Amino acid sequence: MTDAVPRPNIAALRARIAHLEGAETHARKVLPFGVDALDGRLPQGGLEMGCLHEVAGGGRGALDGAAAACFAAGIAARQPRPVLWCVTQADLFAPGLEQVGLFPDRVIYVEAGDENAVLASMEEGLRHGGLGAVVADVASLSMTASRRLHLAAKASGTIGIALRRWRREADASDFGQPTAAMTRWRVSVLPSAPLPVPGIGRARWLIELIRARAGESFDLELEGCDGTGHLGLPAPVANRPATQAGRQYGLG
Amino acid sequence: MITAACELAIGQGLRIGMPVSKAQAMVPDLRIEAADPAADHQSLERLGLWLLQRIAPIVAVDPPDGVVIDVTGADHLHGGEEALLEMLLGRLTLSGITAHLAIADTWGAAHALARHHRKTKACIALPGSTASVLAPLPLAALRLPPATVAGLLDLGFATIGDLIDTPRAPLTLRFGPDLCRRLDQALGAVGEPIDPLRPEGLIEVRRSFAEPIGAAETIARSITRLVTDLCTALEARGEGARRLDLLCWRVDNRIETVRVGLAVAQRDPKRLTRLLCNKIPSIDPGFGIEIMTLTAALAEPLVPRQATTLLEQAPPDITDLVDMLSNRVGHRAVYRLAPVASDVPERSVTRIGALSPDQGIGWPGHWPRPSRLLPRPEPIDTMALMPDHPPNWISWRGIRYRVVRADGPERIFGEWWKRDAEAKAVRDYFCIEDEAGHRFWIFRAGDGEDATTGSHCWFIHGVFG
Repeated sequence: MTDAVPRPNIAALRARIAHLEGAETHARKVLPFGVDALDGRLPQGGLEMGCLHEVAGGGRGALDGAAAACFAAGIAARQPRPVLWCVTQADLFAPGLEQVGLFPDRVIYVEAGDENAVLASMEEGLRHGGLGAVVADVASLSMTASRRLHLAAKASGTIGIALRRWRREADASDFGQPTAAMTRWRVSVLPSAPLPVPGIGRARWLIELIRARAGESFDLELEGCDGTGHLGLPAPVANRPATQAGRQYGLG
Repeated sequence: MITAACELAIGQGLRIGMPVSKAQAMVPDLRIEAADPAADHQSLERLGLWLLQRIAPIVAVDPPDGVVIDVTGADHLHGGEEALLEMLLGRLTLSGITAHLAIADTWGAAHALARHHRKTKACIALPGSTASVLAPLPLAALRLPPATVAGLLDLGFATIGDLIDTPRAPLTLRFGPDLCRRLDQALGAVGEPIDPLRPEGLIEVRRSFAEPIGAAETIARSITRLVTDLCTALEARGEGARRLDLLCWRVDNRIETVRVGLAVAQRDPKRLTRLLCNKIPSIDPGFGIEIMTLTAALAEPLVPRQATTLLEQAPPDITDLVDMLSNRVGHRAVYRLAPVASDVPERSVTRIGALSPDQGIGWPGHWPRPSRLLPRPEPIDTMALMPDHPPNWISWRGIRYRVVRADGPERIFGEWWKRDAEAKAVRDYFCIEDEAGHRFWIFRAGDGEDATTGSHCWFIHGVFG
């Protein structure tokens, strides 16, 4: 939980630990989600840039990675620079990604033959420095590979997102293995809020922060990305009428 | 004497080598053109140059009617050997050339297959199968003088297979050393270097080494020097390289080649060196490399541009990243997506080059679209009320989902101007959500009333996030 009163001892200890971990002297830039309930619980007040993050889907989503792809696309959409997306099978549907704010002109896709080629392309993209975010669909991510990616991201300040996606649901237990990623997220779909008319409302996700370096894990129920890549707070939680909540991050 | 004839003429009974007067007697109004070997050779060289720029770094003219290409290390850039042959055959046919293509382990084998393998226009001999592929071919395929072929026929030899198993000494005694040399060249027992075609005005830099080199660091150092020289030469001509070929002559007379392509013309030594050095693991130095040459196979004028202004921040330059990735995974595998004006989902997206200018347009956003689209729609079991209700449940890959909420139908008509089969085709798309919140994009082929509009089977096409 965030502290109401600043505690200098804790802050000093954190700085010392960061120094021991070989971290940089200056603070990293942060990409806030724009949802206070989420940003407030992250150690830096947002998603750290220049780091590797892991995202996976929950349940069926571990296989198709659809919600996880939207979550990653939303993050990539909220920073201004080009995005590299490395895949082994090209099943992303660009019109769908555009609807979460990732415009086709900004994304370069790399269709690599195998997992190793995907990781190598991702590392190349992270090292380059001209990109804002690099996303890669990967199944297995070893400690060594993730460490390389993390160091590459650290040197250039690019966000690296490893979108974990498996062929079988049983393989998804691999997500418990340790990696060098800064944060590890699981995005599972939830039933959308009932509408007063027949039809489907805005997607609703259970966003779990399973692991965060120097932070606590938590889970939160949020509404899926809107047309600018921002997540939304469900209306009953925000304690205000649904119309206003929808408009706050409405389609720009 | 007839030196060449079109297929139609051969169908009329004309043969190559037949006297012209006889041909004129057989076919009354025959059109005859005088043979012009010099012009043939020139146009063959032009074709060779075109191949050199597009296909592979080592290309040579094989007179009178052939071109030999060393595709080792270049085929993956075109998506494999089959794809390369198919692409090449298509492009040659488009430019009016009837070509027979073959890929084999050796020059001799490829030469024989291209000219005497009549079943297909393009054939590939798998590595190691040279002897078995060559065995049924006639003796004329071995590039021997006609007198030798006639002599061998008199002795009862008909195919190359007959020659392979025959003792060599009597043959050499009778026909001279040429016969066995040609046979060995075709089978790969003797190397046959290809003297690559080098057009005039090609920028080429070369380094010979006093001692053969082999270590990766040494190769990297030589590449750095070669690139520096090449960039100086390019700068003097105001050009930038689009394609670079690095040829390493080994002491055992083999050539290792590396080809890298660039998305835009470049002459920045650092960038070019890095691209070439990334390829060092693919160079097999064997017993050592004697000579290295670096050529700019394709060069374009490169005018200096103002890099930045103080007023606005320049967009990040990602051309070097695109080059690096293209040379690693092939230039077709690095792309951007752009909209196409089509309502059919799988046709609404097209691939464009990674460095194409911005399109500035997206897709119409009236309806939600899934983030993952299945490679092809998969059939599902459903229970649905016809004609325009979403299903009550669907069963996909053995799992049953009960539909709680749904949106639709979104009717998409077939593109009748493309195919006749689509003249009446209709798809009704629905977004559905099950109890757990999974959302799928499903459609019914047909409008639910008229059987001519589709099979009325249900398919799943995408998954929403």
